[in-house]
Amino acid sequence: MTNFSRREFLKYAGALSALSAFGCASMGGASGPRIVVIGGGFGGATCAKYLRKLAGPTVGITLIEKNSSYVTCPFSNTVIGGLRSIDTITHNYETLAKKYNIEVVFDTVTGIDATSKTVTLQGGKTLAYERAVISPGIDFKWGAIEGYDEAASETLPHAWKAGTQTVLLRKQLEAMADGGVVLIAAPPDPFRCPPGPYERASLIANYLKQSKPKSKIVILDAKDKFSKQPLFQDAWDNLYPGMIEWVPGSQGGKVTRADVKEMTLYVDNSAHKGDVINVIPAQKAGALAHSAGLANESGWCPVDPRTFESKVHKNIHVIGDACLGGKMPKSGYAAHSQAKVCAAQIAAMLIGQPPVDPSWINTCYSLIAPDYGITVAAVYRATADGIVDVQGAGGVSPREAPKSVRQAEAIYAEGWYKSVTADAFS
Amino acid sequence: MHPDLRYLSVLIVAAAMWSGAAHSTDLRAAILANPCAGCHGMDGVSPGTIPSINQLSADAIVAALKAFKSGERPGTVMDRIAKGYTDEEIQRIADYFQSLKK
Ligand SMILES: Cc1cc2nc3c(=O)[nH]c(=O)nc-3n(C[C@H](O)[C@H](O)[C@H](O)COP(=O)(O)OP(=O)(O)OC[C@H]3O[C@@H](n4cnc5c(N)ncnc54)[C@H](O)[C@@H]3O)c2cc1C
Ligand code: HEC
Repeated sequence: MTNFSRREFLKYAGALSALSAFGCASMGGASGPRIVVIGGGFGGATCAKYLRKLAGPTVGITLIEKNSSYVTCPFSNTVIGGLRSIDTITHNYETLAKKYNIEVVFDTVTGIDATSKTVTLQGGKTLAYERAVISPGIDFKWGAIEGYDEAASETLPHAWKAGTQTVLLRKQLEAMADGGVVLIAAPPDPFRCPPGPYERASLIANYLKQSKPKSKIVILDAKDKFSKQPLFQDAWDNLYPGMIEWVPGSQGGKVTRADVKEMTLYVDNSAHKGDVINVIPAQKAGALAHSAGLANESGWCPVDPRTFESKVHKNIHVIGDACLGGKMPKSGYAAHSQAKVCAAQIAAMLIGQPPVDPSWINTCYSLIAPDYGITVAAVYRATADGIVDVQGAGGVSPREAPKSVRQAEAIYAEGWYKSVTADAFS
Repeated sequence: MHPDLRYLSVLIVAAAMWSGAAHSTDLRAAILANPCAGCHGMDGVSPGTIPSINQLSADAIVAALKAFKSGERPGTVMDRIAKGYTDEEIQRIADYFQSLKK
């Protein structure tokens, strides 16, 4: 305490009176400043909850989400593979509202005005904020593959936002005859969940091997390499020999056109016919990030790596898939980890403290079979070059490992899912 | 302590009580420890198959993390994660989990 300077004292005193200025804010019984969080996914739900934990009971917290329930993309590949039902990956906002005194509003945000610090809802309301946090996830670059738009996705599902699309792809696989061909068009970087398309191929193969063993899966990839590639390919050779074919972008994998009627994907002029076709399109930050002017020419949102405050608009923080998070991948765990850092920094800023030195963890579990799990993990720090992974730490599961280790990682994958969803939603 | 500063500390405590938990929480420690909860459960209480760590003493957490870090204790993933922290940070994280028990 003896190091406390007069200047810091003034800052605290200032913070106090600033807080009192909000004394009459009315919503949710909170008397402090109001933080509006937009998007109730891994980023937004976690941030709202940890704001309550870290910034105390008087801060007003509003969470605005389009849908009244949230179906997680993590573990949606197990639904597609027939290992789980969709209701086991569906979560709601009751605990956040009741236990954490978060005002949950089910509506779509149509605009954010950074100057007047207000948010406009489709339902007509306007809400004022002291700080806003947005975690809108991704949207697709419809048309990047000619002929593939939202209407086409009702026949050739993307299943890259979980819910009805997930169930549709599952039903198509169930309806497919033995000996059928499943095509997966994998997207160019950057996209949410880098190992996701390959986990999906694995769990579809696990289903086909048991139920339709003459069938095949062809992955047409826009890229020449992918996450945890050697681990996936070793396991495919072992568990699903001859079943999964991966075509890299430079060798005819880059899909340029989709023909819905003909159930065909084209790579320039060569045609690939499929019985079930999963097109995972190229991606950009969620639409709101663009309409609010928060994204740059990359299609994603530049942010301060310590606080996630937008580099475009002050007092708006962008977290999760939508932000440019340095070396962190676009994953649920990354969004969750960023949300906690963002909440802590806002808690500090609300009382006039400088941001704290942050750190993050990401781990992506992938299931190749129900009893075969692998991971990629990293610990991250903020540096002058943005968010980078700590050298000498992290990395992927060992390439040589006994079956028991793959089994343990599959069991821990389930544990991770339970922990992370509880930490975000209950 | 300078008299001004004594008054200040009273004010800060008042501010802390007034606006909630932030100032009684060591935010730097919280920022280091919070991402562990994504696997080990909120406040280290796991609802699933990954072990809880809330019941461990600070010394036990320090010993485990250092053993994972050096490779002395094998793990499926903790060896890779523990290498991301200095010994001082490990102590800080362990103290944070300990502080939640009060
Ligand atoms: C098949 C698949 C498997 C995956 N597996 C894993 C995994 O195992 N582990 C992992 O860590 N990650 C995984 N991911 C990635 C993970 O799903 C995303 O990285 C994560 O959801 C990102 O969180 P977010 O908060 O940024 O966005 P989201 O979770 O997408 O949340 C955004 C929310 O904002 C809402 N929203 C958007 N715009 C508005 C608006 N204008 N108004 C109101 N609400 C709005 C949306 O309805 C949505 O609920 C997977 C992804 C896929 C597709
Ligand atoms: C990706 C998930 C994951 C993350 C993140 C993670 N752990 Fe672990 N932890 C595990 C697993 C799994 C084990 C069991 C050992 C193993 O297989 O690596 C474990 C074991 C431990 C143990 C030993 C428990 C015991 O009963 O002996 C401690 C202590 C621990 N972790 C602390 C931490 C701390 C502190 C952090 C954050 C810095 C952390 N863990 C982050 C998954 C995780």
